[in-house]
Amino acid sequence: MEHLVEAKALTKHFGTFAAVRGIDVEVRRGEAFGFLGPNGAGKSSTMRMIACVSGRTGGELKVLGMDPERDGPRIRARIGVVPQLDNLDLELTVRQNLQIYGRYFGMSRQQCREKAVELLEFAQLSDRADQEVEPLSGGMKRRLTIARSLVNDPELLLLDEPTTGLDPQARHLLWDRLFRLKQDGVTLIITTHYMDEAEQLCDRLVVMDGGRIAAEGSPGELINRYSTKEVLELRFQPGAEKPDLERFAERVEVLPDRLLLYTQDGEHTLAKVHEHGVQPIQSLVRRSSLEDVFLRLTGRTLVD
Amino acid sequence: MTRTLDPANKTAPASVGLVWRVIPPGLYGGRASTLVERSALVNRRGWFVLVGGAFEPILFLWSLGLGFGQFVASVAGPDGRPVSYAAFVAPALLAASAMNGAVYDATFNVFFKFKYAKLYDAMLATPMGPLDIAMGEIAWALLRGGLYSAGFLGVMLAMGLIASPWALLALPAALLVAFAFAAVGMAATTFMRSWQDFDLVQLAVLPMFLFSTTFFPLSVYPGWLQTVVTWTPLYHAIELMRGLTLGVVGWGMLGHVAYFAVLAAVGTVVAARRLGSLLLD
Repeated sequence: MEHLVEAKALTKHFGTFAAVRGIDVEVRRGEAFGFLGPNGAGKSSTMRMIACVSGRTGGELKVLGMDPERDGPRIRARIGVVPQLDNLDLELTVRQNLQIYGRYFGMSRQQCREKAVELLEFAQLSDRADQEVEPLSGGMKRRLTIARSLVNDPELLLLDEPTTGLDPQARHLLWDRLFRLKQDGVTLIITTHYMDEAEQLCDRLVVMDGGRIAAEGSPGELINRYSTKEVLELRFQPGAEKPDLERFAERVEVLPDRLLLYTQDGEHTLAKVHEHGVQPIQSLVRRSSLEDVFLRLTGRTLVD
Repeated sequence: MTRTLDPANKTAPASVGLVWRVIPPGLYGGRASTLVERSALVNRRGWFVLVGGAFEPILFLWSLGLGFGQFVASVAGPDGRPVSYAAFVAPALLAASAMNGAVYDATFNVFFKFKYAKLYDAMLATPMGPLDIAMGEIAWALLRGGLYSAGFLGVMLAMGLIASPWALLALPAALLVAFAFAAVGMAATTFMRSWQDFDLVQLAVLPMFLFSTTFFPLSVYPGWLQTVVTWTPLYHAIELMRGLTLGVVGWGMLGHVAYFAVLAAVGTVVAARRLGSLLLD
């Protein structure tokens, strides 16, 4: 089986609201696949359908070659799910959380005990094993949730915004764990609205907006296709008249206090801008990032 | 009705078809017992709460049986023969304790786990389905009710309030009663929106506790109230317990058993289906 997830014209409606409006997605074995998009883009709805906890309204969906509609429990037995919000069992200890979760998958008590020790190690929580869950830090709870999702040795791991709300140290530690999983051959599907996370983790991703797929490719491909190699940022006094520099760049974006010039060579463009007599109060040349692609595709308007 | 005689198109027998209509596949993963295991694990540390709950009916029995017993020499038993007040009230308290233990677990505790702890969301990410959750939680609630009942039966025995070996059947009867109350309680909980709605549970349980012939025979009530009382589940539970512990047994008791079997089955299926529609949207 080449594709662990195959969706064709997949749709999801909640009453009259269309959360997912016909998407085609293929996730290959062993890759890390990302769903990017602003809030309300339909990422989580898609994840829930793949996790077999939400029925589809239309289209086709195959997970591990099976139909979630018919084989939900069998598919769930072979995948791991890290939900957006930790739903750990606060009435149990760290270790018990892992053990009882294994029991839900039908593992023997002995297997659960052994697996818990291994996963505590992986999540770097061995020294907290027999403590309550509640006092753990956000990063620790997140690692425990991820460890819990691995209890059944899943072939496919679904992570819904895995690092939202974590501090940088906790995020990097978590990324490190996810890399290790990928090296072990686990296929990852990640939703995120952090571009650095997507660039770090994902081999391939789709950008979703308004329930549709706006673009698909590897981070590098998307940057090539939807942005330029470099971006020149020119900062002006707020409210000052901004010069028209359209002819110096492939694309110019006008922000309240800045101009963004999308160009293949930022320094060269800056020199030409200076030649033209434009004097910004600050200038910065940087490489194009996925964030530029994202904002181009989904717009700068705030969606809540 | 016409019948197609296509052998290749033979569908499952009608009975199986009905079962799958009521309980669609995917609702049940066959692992309800692990949920009971979880509850046992949680309560290993809170065992005193469990034991504490068993004392309530015993206190009632002592205060009413010993106190009231001084003023009321005897009451007409199920077959009309007089019995001591304590022997009259004790089986009713047995039924009420089965009800209380089960209802408490299946409503407050389930609501917390469902709404706030998001425990069932985590379980549904495994091969378990809503029916596993409903059955597991109801099983725990009925075990708890059964535990209270067993303790209480022991106290009754020690106080000489058991008049017949039929009383042995009072324990399985109490389990059935607890099962029914837990199932209906859990089904009701799936309709609750906030903690305020739980006043309704009190509103149902307390009058039932006071009026379902727990403390007085049915004959003291006016005719219309008698009719209402005979509809309540606790009345049927008390009739069952009183008959068994006092040794007044008849075929009519199977009617009470059937009443609870139906409540238990309907409650479980409704609870599972509601959980399914709420959590698997």
